[in-house]
Amino acid sequence: MQALTSKAKVVGRKPMTFWEKLYIPVIAKGMGITFGHIFKKKATISYPEQTRTFSPVFRGVQVLNRDEEGRERCTACGLCAVACPAEAITMEAAERLPGEENLYKEEKYAARYEINMLRCIFCGLCEEACPKDAVYLSETLVPSNFNRESFVYGKKELLIPHPLEEPEAYAKARGQKRG
Amino acid sequence: MAEEKKLFKVTIDNIAIEVEPGTSILNAARRIGGEVAPPAMCYYSTLKGSGGKCRTCLVEVAAGSTADQRPMPKLVASCRTNVMDGMIVKNVTSEKVLDARKGIVEFLLINHPLDCPICDQAGECSLQDLSYQHGTEGTRYEFKRRTFEKHDIGPYIQLHMTRCILCYRCVYVADQLTNRREHGILDRADHSEIATYIHKALENDFIGNVIDVCPVGALTDKTFRFKNRVWFLKPLDAHRNCLKCSGKVTLWNRGEEVFRVTARKDQWGEVKDFICNECRFEKKKTADWVIEGPTRIDRHSVISGNHYVDIVEPKEIMPEVMGGRNPKLLMDINQVSEVNRKDIDLSEIPGPAHSEDFEKENS
Repeated sequence: MQALTSKAKVVGRKPMTFWEKLYIPVIAKGMGITFGHIFKKKATISYPEQTRTFSPVFRGVQVLNRDEEGRERCTACGLCAVACPAEAITMEAAERLPGEENLYKEEKYAARYEINMLRCIFCGLCEEACPKDAVYLSETLVPSNFNRESFVYGKKELLIPHPLEEPEAYAKARGQKRG
Repeated sequence: MAEEKKLFKVTIDNIAIEVEPGTSILNAARRIGGEVAPPAMCYYSTLKGSGGKCRTCLVEVAAGSTADQRPMPKLVASCRTNVMDGMIVKNVTSEKVLDARKGIVEFLLINHPLDCPICDQAGECSLQDLSYQHGTEGTRYEFKRRTFEKHDIGPYIQLHMTRCILCYRCVYVADQLTNRREHGILDRADHSEIATYIHKALENDFIGNVIDVCPVGALTDKTFRFKNRVWFLKPLDAHRNCLKCSGKVTLWNRGEEVFRVTARKDQWGEVKDFICNECRFEKKKTADWVIEGPTRIDRHSVISGNHYVDIVEPKEIMPEVMGGRNPKLLMDINQVSEVNRKDIDLSEIPGPAHSEDFEKENS
């Protein structure tokens, strides 16, 4: 049979030699390999203090975007929800009242917008479907938690910080790749 | 003496059909059906005098009739041209027609705002379908699109004049179905607009049908405004005993809530049985209606997305396997989710929902 990889090792069924039967030297050799790893470069990092750089196509938790003036871009058109293969997105729309023009970009907006992170598979189809650049997948992971209820993200969790009122938080949420 | 009626033989896209004299090319093509039928934005079979305005149904006549074999010099509007015996018509087989249609779509879209994400008609809009089939991807128009002063035309109908393509269907509805026409087209050229002249509400009975006949989102249901997208609703055929109309409607439900009532549309998107205002705007409870069953929606429509027909539900085996116990539910999404709450009926708010409706709900 042809080997599938070049790394395959044939298991030998030979009887042990005298040197191997002595036991202690072989143990010492194994320990030597283990201790040798202390001086090698570590493969792990201590998350969350340190983070790795993500790939430019990394898809993290969704963010509801605002425009330059801090108005919400989402118009609750429902295209993200209809594109979502996991059916994780739900929303309810409302009409903008006179005097709310500084809050919402368009006449119609999402009064409620929810993504069930337990259902979301981070495929990015919502980002692709969005005609208003309102929803996109950021470079952040979904923080872990002990209860399921906290994974139903509403507008409070999803909305990006206001770019004029909290510029630092906004820049952080916006991430590197979109700079 | 009963003379045998002579039928005219026409060939449309190489398919021959015999129709009665006086039939328009469009109707003859619809008899064949499918791709052969030209799209129509202004022609409406149930409205007398409609057609001839949008020019999307242009076809090429390769031979006028058996008697006069000459082709017609220009493309003709198929909704307004009657068939002749031996006529040869080219629709999708003609390059000229497809090219002309592409141009017409571009012209129709010149002043049409790109607000499909906001528009309630999105998903069932004839102009959307038309531009997907025949239009180009981008626009070449660089100027400002026309805008209008906003008119409020009553509590039932929302007018978005920027979206209008001036098909005149709503004018014919008001003329032919209601007792008095209150609105019409004012001014001319690119100033022309649908208005009531002196600001009036459109409240005549049967005026609600302008919503169904409007091919775009210029006239939409105010009681349904922004409530939900059509593709999240479940269309159901239903009827009730109505003294004024046939009472045959399509209900657009989400769960038990009736979000919208419309007349039933046939395969060409046309209404045969117009319904009265009471059925359309006042009866927003499932209890008011006798449900006949789900409406058949074309498989290619976004409305049929995620709606499955003839599903066979698999047998629930969990209790059997677990000795009669049901699996423990770790989370009920209805209790956690703020969207679509059981205690709130969006469909019962008369107009579109506002921020205050949602604030009230939070308390």
